[in-house]
Amino acid sequence: MIDRDPAEEAEHEEAAPARPERTPRKSAPIVPPQNVAGSALILVIAIMTFLSCLTLGAVTLVRDTAATWQTQIAREATIQIKPAEGFDMEAGLATAQRIVSGFAGVRSASIVGAEATVRLLEPWLGSGLDIDELPVPRLVIVTIDPASPPDFAAMRTALSAEVPQASLDDHRTWVDRLVAMARTTVTIGISVLALMLAATVLSVVFATRGAMAGNGHIIEVLHFVGAEARFIAGEFRRHFLLTGMKGAAAGGLAAIIVLVAFSWWSSRNMATPEADQATALFGNFAIGTAGYAGVALVVVAVGALTAATSHLTVVSYLGDIDARHHDG
Amino acid sequence: MIRFENVGLRYGMGPEILRDISFDLPERSFQFLSGPSGAGKTTLLRLLFLSLKPTRGLITVFNKDRARITRRELPMLRRRIGVVFQDFRLLDHMTTYENVALPLRVRGREEATYRSDVIELLKWVGLGERMHVLPPVLSGGEKQRAAIARALIEQPEILLADEPTGNVDPPLARRLLRLFIELNRLGTAVVIATHDLGLMEQVDARRMILADGRLEIHD
Repeated sequence: MIDRDPAEEAEHEEAAPARPERTPRKSAPIVPPQNVAGSALILVIAIMTFLSCLTLGAVTLVRDTAATWQTQIAREATIQIKPAEGFDMEAGLATAQRIVSGFAGVRSASIVGAEATVRLLEPWLGSGLDIDELPVPRLVIVTIDPASPPDFAAMRTALSAEVPQASLDDHRTWVDRLVAMARTTVTIGISVLALMLAATVLSVVFATRGAMAGNGHIIEVLHFVGAEARFIAGEFRRHFLLTGMKGAAAGGLAAIIVLVAFSWWSSRNMATPEADQATALFGNFAIGTAGYAGVALVVVAVGALTAATSHLTVVSYLGDIDARHHDG
Repeated sequence: MIRFENVGLRYGMGPEILRDISFDLPERSFQFLSGPSGAGKTTLLRLLFLSLKPTRGLITVFNKDRARITRRELPMLRRRIGVVFQDFRLLDHMTTYENVALPLRVRGREEATYRSDVIELLKWVGLGERMHVLPPVLSGGEKQRAAIARALIEQPEILLADEPTGNVDPPLARRLLRLFIELNRLGTAVVIATHDLGLMEQVDARRMILADGRLEIHD
């Protein structure tokens, strides 16, 4: 400190008698806390996060369900052998069973017996059917190890070489359709998520610029007391990170409440027609740990995005001010 | 310390507000900057404070050419210059103490390292009792002293004050002037922009008079 003139000091001490010093309170933030625009921003971010989390939950649900369907279907393949003039069906079935059993990745192959075939056809052809009198195709059910599926193309070639009447259906068409559907849904979900985050970024840009303009006097004061742009940007970033995290946490919490409420509803209504319908479509309505982790990730991402966006906006705004001064 | 050579300034395509301004501000000097309202006093102070660039001419600040000072260097140079604005520019959501400590806070210093210095300075300007009060509660004179304290806390090499006595009564004006003289005696160069003739008559100091954009200097 500069050496003070004792006389001067004494005079002031007289005017202002010493008094026990107060405990220092925590320094006020350089960017003043919330105003109306700040609360609106928290709400916007909360809504955006809420919708993003629900979208993410829906995507997780569809993806998991599609994956379940896919594995269930992929566990089996069917060989169909059509009857033909002079063709020994039983021998053909046995040959087909023998061929496929030899392939790696096949757990078992079982022939659908004559009685079982009759039962399968009963709804259409009525009872008392003599299967030998009709040219009915017969089936071999092949159970597959979904972890290491066999080479279906080689299997098909081997089959057609020895049993020309046989055709192998590995349910590929269905699996492909399901995979396509699940991928489309996931893509749509991710696009919606991206749009939502983009809208969040834009709201933050507008709010930040608004707040910067509203706090122009603070930026000016900080400039002339020698604050570096980095310091000013840091102060505003801290302010907006706090705003963003408040909004994101509120939105994420709301989303988790909704998801938990849904899974509670579905478990309470188990075995009712409504729930059965929902279960048939979506399996067990629960998004699981991965889904909740995703919600947490969205919350963190929204917070980080808010901070990054406001940082860039602040830096460009300060650049504009400097440029204006330099042109002035 | 600061030298102007044939400096001219215009805003945009408007007329030249300052024309052929040349002067030198030596270290530890004391001067008044005067002239009628609208003569360009505040603009000249803004040039001195590096918040404007001249349209023509050469300004040297602490031996650096103004035209070559980069945006990154500005904060460091501004820390060597204290400014007191006519309208104080205190931050209303911070206490007097926090306003005065702001220049140190933006340097990233811990509060414990400067607390006693700030309190000492606040007592020196007679605001010891008002340090935990928000600026809207302060009187004009108190705000003025808080603004001066903020400009002084970093012990600048030069202090620029724009109408520092414009909002206070004559006794307080005299007291503030004594404060500036005391500061000058301790080694800080002082430039006081004022149109208060009474104030200027109290001190025998260099007078820089702006009129019609030109500067006359009476040593």
